[in-house]
Amino acid sequence: MLRYTLKRLISLVLSLAVASLVIFAVIEIAPGDPALFMLGVNAQPDTLAALRTELGLDASKPDRYLAWVGGMLQGDFGTSYTYRTPVAGMIADRLWVSLPLTIYALVISILLAFPAGIYAASRRGKMGDAAMMGTTQLGVAIPNFWFAMMLVLVFAVNLRWFNAGGFPGWDKGVWTGLHALTLPAIALALPQASILARVMRSALLDVLGEDFMRTARAKGLSRGQALWRHGLRNALIPVLTIIGLQVSFLLAGAIIIEQVFYLPGLGRLIFQSINSRDLIVVESVVMLLVFVVITVNFLVDLAYALVDPRLRTRT
Amino acid sequence: MSRGMWIGSVLTALMLGLALVSLVWTPYPYAQLDIPNKLLPPSLAHPMGTDHFGRDILSMIMVGIRTSMGVAIVAVAIGLAFGIPLGLLASQRKGGWVDEMIMRTNDVIFAFPLLAMAILITAVFGPSATNAIIAFGLFNIPVFARVTRGGALSLWEREFIFAARVAGKSRLRISAEHILPNILGILIVQGTIQFALGIQVEAALSFVGLGVQPPTPSLGRMLADAQTLVTIAPHIAIFPGLAIIGIVVGLNLMGDGLRDWLDPRIRVVRT
Amino acid sequence: MSLLEIKGLNLSIAGKPILRDVDLTVAKGEIVAVTGESGSGKSITAFSIMQLLPEGAEISGAIQLDGTELTTLPETRLCALRGARIGMVFQEPMSALNPVKTIGDQVAETILIHGAMPKDQARAQAHEMLDRVGLPPDQFSPTRFPHELSGGQRQRVVIAMAIALRPDLLIADEPTTALDVTTQAQILDLLKGLVAEFDMGLLMITHDLAVVSDMADRIVVMRAGEVVETGPTRQLFARMRHPYTRMLFEASRHSVDLPEKHSSEPLLSVQNVVRAYRLPRTKLFAPAEYHRAVDRVSFTLRKGERLGLVGESGCGKSTLTRAILGLEPVQGGQILLNGASVYTERGADLAVRRGMQVVFQDPFGSFNPRHRVARLITEPYHLLEKSPSGAARADAVAEALRAVGLSPDDAGKYIHEFSGGQRQRIAIARALIIKPDLILFDEAVSALDVSVRARILDLVAELCESHDLSYLFISHDLSVVRTITDRVLVMRAGRIVEEGETEQVFSHPTHPYTRALIAAAPVLPDIDTQHRSHPHV
Repeated sequence: MLRYTLKRLISLVLSLAVASLVIFAVIEIAPGDPALFMLGVNAQPDTLAALRTELGLDASKPDRYLAWVGGMLQGDFGTSYTYRTPVAGMIADRLWVSLPLTIYALVISILLAFPAGIYAASRRGKMGDAAMMGTTQLGVAIPNFWFAMMLVLVFAVNLRWFNAGGFPGWDKGVWTGLHALTLPAIALALPQASILARVMRSALLDVLGEDFMRTARAKGLSRGQALWRHGLRNALIPVLTIIGLQVSFLLAGAIIIEQVFYLPGLGRLIFQSINSRDLIVVESVVMLLVFVVITVNFLVDLAYALVDPRLRTRT
Repeated sequence: MSRGMWIGSVLTALMLGLALVSLVWTPYPYAQLDIPNKLLPPSLAHPMGTDHFGRDILSMIMVGIRTSMGVAIVAVAIGLAFGIPLGLLASQRKGGWVDEMIMRTNDVIFAFPLLAMAILITAVFGPSATNAIIAFGLFNIPVFARVTRGGALSLWEREFIFAARVAGKSRLRISAEHILPNILGILIVQGTIQFALGIQVEAALSFVGLGVQPPTPSLGRMLADAQTLVTIAPHIAIFPGLAIIGIVVGLNLMGDGLRDWLDPRIRVVRT
Repeated sequence: MSLLEIKGLNLSIAGKPILRDVDLTVAKGEIVAVTGESGSGKSITAFSIMQLLPEGAEISGAIQLDGTELTTLPETRLCALRGARIGMVFQEPMSALNPVKTIGDQVAETILIHGAMPKDQARAQAHEMLDRVGLPPDQFSPTRFPHELSGGQRQRVVIAMAIALRPDLLIADEPTTALDVTTQAQILDLLKGLVAEFDMGLLMITHDLAVVSDMADRIVVMRAGEVVETGPTRQLFARMRHPYTRMLFEASRHSVDLPEKHSSEPLLSVQNVVRAYRLPRTKLFAPAEYHRAVDRVSFTLRKGERLGLVGESGCGKSTLTRAILGLEPVQGGQILLNGASVYTERGADLAVRRGMQVVFQDPFGSFNPRHRVARLITEPYHLLEKSPSGAARADAVAEALRAVGLSPDDAGKYIHEFSGGQRQRIAIARALIIKPDLILFDEAVSALDVSVRARILDLVAELCESHDLSYLFISHDLSVVRTITDRVLVMRAGRIVEEGETEQVFSHPTHPYTRALIAAAPVLPDIDTQHRSHPHV
């Protein structure tokens, strides 16, 4: 298990290193001089030069890459070209909206998908299964931001159960915060729950065809007991993969859906930065997204080993 | 053909038909402004109403479907064109350095969430439909490479491939002659799934301004315009959304149907 | 009264009749074997007793266990019965156990699910059962997972699960078919011992007549869903009233007459061949370790010779086969065909490979399902510099098909239109078409029913006569190798441990391993049916 973890950890670090190189290289291709951009076309050459030195723009490319990565490792993401404030602080503020939203949506997605998938699998080919599969087929197809608009229309504009948008901040209390994130989280979660429910169902059906399920029945377990005790854990292996993928979908979805609800999350930051060509912010946010995805994949790999003993002994 | 596949095919054909008809005819010129008649609810003259510039929404949706499908198809084609050869190459010597290199590169591309890729590309080259296509196309390459490799690897262990090797055929030739025809089915299925995903990706990217740019209508662009007006004129958001759902449901049903049709797991009773 | 009594059992699945009017009884302490070829309905009979049938199965007739009618019993009562009063052992020990649960837990589950005793007592009982089946807990920790055990050990776990509550009836569905011959003998012994000790009834399903004759008190022969003959083992073998029983018996010990061989110059020469695989690293910086799947193997096959290669699974015979075919590089030694090396770094040396063809085991997997027979069997033409075309090609296809007993009209068909035996004929036609000097038969008859196997062996013998074949016949089945080869190699753990004239090796084995192999192989009773009934089979 230790060796397995170590191996995954090494591959995690390698992936991060390569990803950071790619991001850095792409941003380097971008035309334009950030210093010129910040000071405007009328800037004096010596002020420009001073700012370039301050931003570290006149160092060689490898040095700048190392400085960037080294800074990030110490929590320093550089200084925003437009706001002249540390990027780390800007990101941290926004992360407090985007990350809870993502996790909230993930929890809803799992809570909806597991029972739905198990129910459909156990009623395979019957009415309940067909109805569930029809619903999820529709759920998969609904764009989450469109669904968000419809939710606003119904629950905020017509029923007035929720605010149409905005975020009061966590200092107003956890419940107030969660309440404000509920509609966006539901909008995010429903399509993903549909996907997850379908995966759960097909994984369970695959396991139901396995020989050891027949063995379990021959021991005297009922259909339900066999499904519960032997099917579920084996079906979890493909389901985990999808949950891992969903974290990155949900995070991306959160960034998009923040636009619908006017939430002060990463989404707003990043689209403002793109418009104002504040590339250092873009660079850092993208790196952060990649970091989250790679880390989640690492955690999923560890979860595999917990579920499947075959991975633990094999190196 | 199953009922799902039938519904899916009809739905897809319908949407494709609308897109193709828009090339020669739309109820109104889609770009024609008519400010006095803005935000009209659905009526006989405008079955889906008009938008904030008085443009006919049905006409815009017809053209929008065409744009969105175009973006998705080209991106899937990029994925197929690069992903299949890479997957085949990787499968020819499992664990070899070519395989390792291709799969590790794939891993890195895979680690970029699609949105991060799109953000990176637009941040550098500016937002455009082309850049959305490139982002989704890049995303598709490892998807198809993996599917190809996975399908091919199991075939390389089959005895008929050994027989072909004993007949002295090169790995390249075997890939073309035996492997590819036998994995075409799963590739077609994956293709429809990625196509459906492409419709959603176009919508999402255009919605946040990273995709198709005005004045070209696309389903995502229309929703972006509708966002601020949805509370006073819901119809301008509802119809483009339904169009997206229609295309995606149609394609997914077709994909599922194809999968069942190509791989009927008939459980044989052993004696 | 019998423990198990099946009367007039009819079964159909989705309207298709599978079993017709099956009668069968098992008494306490009795071993009853049900035998027959594929499609005979023997396994489904076993599953109808458990009432674990595929969806859409319709059943009529009576299945009584100690007087309790099972076909009408509600599901909850059936659950209480399964595992407690009827235990079951399956064919595939590799997949019959849940990979994510420990073996101790899986055995204890049988006890716990029936609420037979509290948890720690159940665990103790489970350990006792594991001990009884030959997995003493101090050597084989019950906290192990199935993947940490060998096939034979897993089958012991499955047996422990089935007998944990000392059921009245044990059903074993091909319990040794997936196992090696030495392991098979141990498992059969174990089952026999358990029956005597627990006074259980054992209903054993098997296709192997030799196993049947060794084990059973009574035999039930089935064909196409019907019981054709039944009786006490000795009596049944002595009389064999039904022609099908006789046919099965004859086919099981079918032997062929090979034409005289004429030894001459060497054809295939294997010299000190080593084929090693790198093992996954166990330490991060230690040098990589290698497993020698083939370890310094040398032998020579002469023109016109029929050489056998026997060994159990994992002994390296498949690896050696691939190396001989030039599909994989060797790490030491060399393999020469007609004096030229079969493997070249640049890939196939067509000139050398032209001399060699292969027939594989799996009649279903060895053809591209998308090609027609004509294209399938002419694939080796790729090896020729100038392959025949047009009428010459069609003639060659027709000739090859005729040679293996098929019709030239079959050239236009797809492979799914043929049965398993016919497919093996097509595979032989593919091997023959370029008239190679050497053919490798890689477990070529192992997946076939005995009657089909006998016909294919006949075909090979005929071809020896008409085509002057030289071949290497690789198989785990001793009886087949004994009749179809002149000389034999016995392989174990990557090495050739014994080599010699086939008859000599089989009648006077010198190496202990060969002796153990031959002793473990179940044999048919020595009955000469020729005198009593029609020799026609």
